[in-house]
Amino acid sequence: MEEILLHLAGGLSQAMEPLNFMMIILGCALGLLIGAMPGLGSVNGVAILLPITFLVPPTSAIIFLAAIYYGAMYGGAISSITLGIPGASTAVATVFDGRPLAQTGHADKALTAAAVASFIGGTISVVLFTLFAPPLATFALKFGPAEEFSLMLLAFATFIGLGGDDIPKTIFSILVGLVLAAVGLDIISGQPRLVFGDIDGFLHGINFLVLAIGIYGIGEMLWTLESTQGEVVVHKVKMSLSQLKSNLKDVKTYIGTTSLGSVLGYFVGTLPAAGATPASLMAYGLAKTFSKDPDSFGKGNVAGVAAPEAANNAASTGSMLPMITLGIPGSPTTAILLGGMIIWGLRPGPLLFTENPEFVWGLIGSLYIANFATLVINIAFIPLFVKVLTIPFTILAPIIYILCVVGGYAPTQTMHDVWLMLLFGVVGYLLRKLNYPVAPAVLAIVLGPLAERSLRQSLLSSQGEMSIFITRPISAVCILIAIGLVSYPLVKKFKKKASETAS
Amino acid sequence: MTVRTAEILMAILCALCSIGLMMKSAELKIGWVPERGPGSGAWPFWLSGGMLLASIATIYRWFRGVTPESRNIQPYMTRETVVVVGISAGSIVFLLIATHLVGIYIALFFFLLFYLKFVGRHSWQLTVSMVVLVPIAVFCLFEWALKIPLPKSISEPLFYPIYDLMYSF
Repeated sequence: MEEILLHLAGGLSQAMEPLNFMMIILGCALGLLIGAMPGLGSVNGVAILLPITFLVPPTSAIIFLAAIYYGAMYGGAISSITLGIPGASTAVATVFDGRPLAQTGHADKALTAAAVASFIGGTISVVLFTLFAPPLATFALKFGPAEEFSLMLLAFATFIGLGGDDIPKTIFSILVGLVLAAVGLDIISGQPRLVFGDIDGFLHGINFLVLAIGIYGIGEMLWTLESTQGEVVVHKVKMSLSQLKSNLKDVKTYIGTTSLGSVLGYFVGTLPAAGATPASLMAYGLAKTFSKDPDSFGKGNVAGVAAPEAANNAASTGSMLPMITLGIPGSPTTAILLGGMIIWGLRPGPLLFTENPEFVWGLIGSLYIANFATLVINIAFIPLFVKVLTIPFTILAPIIYILCVVGGYAPTQTMHDVWLMLLFGVVGYLLRKLNYPVAPAVLAIVLGPLAERSLRQSLLSSQGEMSIFITRPISAVCILIAIGLVSYPLVKKFKKKASETAS
Repeated sequence: MTVRTAEILMAILCALCSIGLMMKSAELKIGWVPERGPGSGAWPFWLSGGMLLASIATIYRWFRGVTPESRNIQPYMTRETVVVVGISAGSIVFLLIATHLVGIYIALFFFLLFYLKFVGRHSWQLTVSMVVLVPIAVFCLFEWALKIPLPKSISEPLFYPIYDLMYSF
């Protein structure tokens, strides 16, 4: 414990260094703006802005991107409340009570509750993160290639079992991501693979950013343009110091369920397929169940805003736990962060704690500061963020497209990748319209090279015996859980059928 | 085209792509190579095989009417959606082609002009300021700060004086 506190103190002082502190403030403010804009969430912001981070050292870069992630979780509530459109899917549950509050002229109350609850969620989850990360990383040091591969299988299985999407389409999405990651030179023999039409551009492989920016930049904008064709009404927000004081007095009415939602959100966030959206919905359900007045939910109960906001913030921190300790991202945003770490020359996984402690603890320290900074920026600039929401899409869209095009070009500096990015964006949009989930593909393209390497290393060491994955205890446990997760939807279906025939 | 038709067409297309990927992967060794483990094509081959099975499952579920999309006879894309999405995707295609021909900065100028003035119908004041400021911001961020040269094609010589100025600092 003492060691953790010492490392944490070092991390906090690193996060307070002028450049890093500036990155936190900038990241939080940008994240708030991005999160507040309908259709844009943390994943879009992080994907589009990742190429810009080559400007600063890796620690400052991850601090900046993590702050965007954090800020976007706060910001999602702003459009949920004032527009009635979730800024990101993670803020869907916030609309249920946030919108009715805004319609009755209490937008300030809802926004304050969202900000305070996000802070509570963030604080609880960061403390949990600090406590859980070092022991988990120490445990993960025992992992060999077989365990690594089984763990990745487990991550993919969570998408199938808990994702809630069409199962064959989810599997297709995972496999597409893995195949795209296999394009280029074979990691072991060096032979060119899947070089279509002998186009040289495929020889250097497909950078994960090309798919991520395509899907979350261009594809998402096309999706948003389609879904927000109608007029949106922005509710006015008036916020004075006296109103803020009186709103803060409400905290005691929702602190209990908010804290519970935070713990729940953190643990749900650590699961790759679950993440912030189900966490916030579950926290909303929990708050309603434990409320003395459950009928008021959906009609403008402040606790209905606070619980999901606390949970989605906690989940965002939770999703960083497997990314930092195991090298397995807990959400699409952390998948992109993980890809970024590889670009910066770092090796994600348990060794980060021993090889790059300043990087890990700097990030953890920054989360504490980002949490507080976002609360202050959020409350101080709510009217400004609301004003930003009125920017027409015809101004926002071309700027985002330009950032996508330039951001897609920057990592490899070939137009081939930019064309691919556009193709992925359009195809991703068309597939999404048919309920193909796109997040598993992004996770898979990041994990693809790591998964293939660990599979081939395992098979080489076992002389082709697949039993290596079930004879090693940790690997066997992962495989068993993965099988359980994959069969879970089938069991659920059979149970439902059985109960239907019984009744 | 209805959502129902779109789903089956997409599933068939996905199945065909999977077969194509399997064939492409099979150009390399997909079996066991002594002392080197699985051949280079094995990983993508079996993954593509999985994609094919997943696509066949979707086709089967479509015939049985299991997926919501297979029962949805609403249009896959309304006329308004085709226009909105078409303008956006088309303008990006234009931006990329123009980047190949005249370089990104001139392409950005026309892209922004089109999007802001003709799609957004914004004022000339806003359009002109954006058309001028955005390319300058992109240049400063990427070329100056990040040292990433963006494609300029035939417009490259126009930037020589700017480079001279930049590197004289």
